[in-house]
Amino acid sequence: MRVSTLWRRDLSCRDAVRLVTDYLEGALSASRRARFERHLGECDGCEEYLREMQLTVALLGRLEPTDVRPEALEALAGVFRAVMAEEQAEHDDRGDR
Amino acid sequence: MSVPGHDDLALVERLRAGDEAAFSEVVRRYHEPMVRLASSFVPARAVAEEVAQDTWVAALRGLGRFEGRSSFRTWLFAILVNRAKTAGAREPRTVALEGPDGPGDERFTPGGAWAEPPAPWPDDVIERLVAPGLASRVLEVVATLPPAQRRVVTLRDVEGLESGEVCELLGLTEGNQRVLLHRGRTRVRQALAAELEEV
Repeated sequence: MRVSTLWRRDLSCRDAVRLVTDYLEGALSASRRARFERHLGECDGCEEYLREMQLTVALLGRLEPTDVRPEALEALAGVFRAVMAEEQAEHDDRGDR
Repeated sequence: MSVPGHDDLALVERLRAGDEAAFSEVVRRYHEPMVRLASSFVPARAVAEEVAQDTWVAALRGLGRFEGRSSFRTWLFAILVNRAKTAGAREPRTVALEGPDGPGDERFTPGGAWAEPPAPWPDDVIERLVAPGLASRVLEVVATLPPAQRRVVTLRDVEGLESGEVCELLGLTEGNQRVLLHRGRTRVRQALAAELEEV
């Protein structure tokens, strides 16, 4: 009990919050990781904070791609045809066909 | 759910054969992400659109040079980043680790403990936030991040690229990338927390 109190004092909530991304990225040394996890095991606020950061990341990864505006799609289709025609012309110039 | 980029190789083959439907498909997948990424380098959305369009031209012309060593998406993004940097040349090339560091230390007591612990988020938070409307709010929040943070959050968390790919694309060290990711995620989380309080 005394030891774990010391550990907890060792890493403040502010410290833990600063380490959240390094923790999620697997960039903490084994000893820092252990201290981080020990703190979280004893601190509801930091445990919730980690959960919210994980949810934030999950949410960002779930965003559906925005539809391309029809005008942009149309313009890009034109670009595609132009480049393809150009390539074909080069091809023909080289006498490959 | 499909893994982004996993079936791009087949599309690239079809592109090489001049298949316009394959082009529409890659445009649907990557045009908007490209415009958003370009937006973090250039001052206006219209310029970002132009950069993205130029990137498509360069990519189509350079398809023969794509060897599949990186994913097609990363290859495309690399062309885009080069062009966007040129277009936004007025911005300093070195990536500043711009502050402020998200929400300040007022969240903590002088001793470093929570002054007020974060309010718990409901379990169905993702369902609630992914709902139409709120999802676009999240993208708006990402769009308000400082440019370097926005690039990293967009590529890592929205597009799902690996950290090594992002470091290479943006010319960042792993450490700097983590700092930017941390600051960006911190701000997005804070905006979501505010959003949830309103719901």
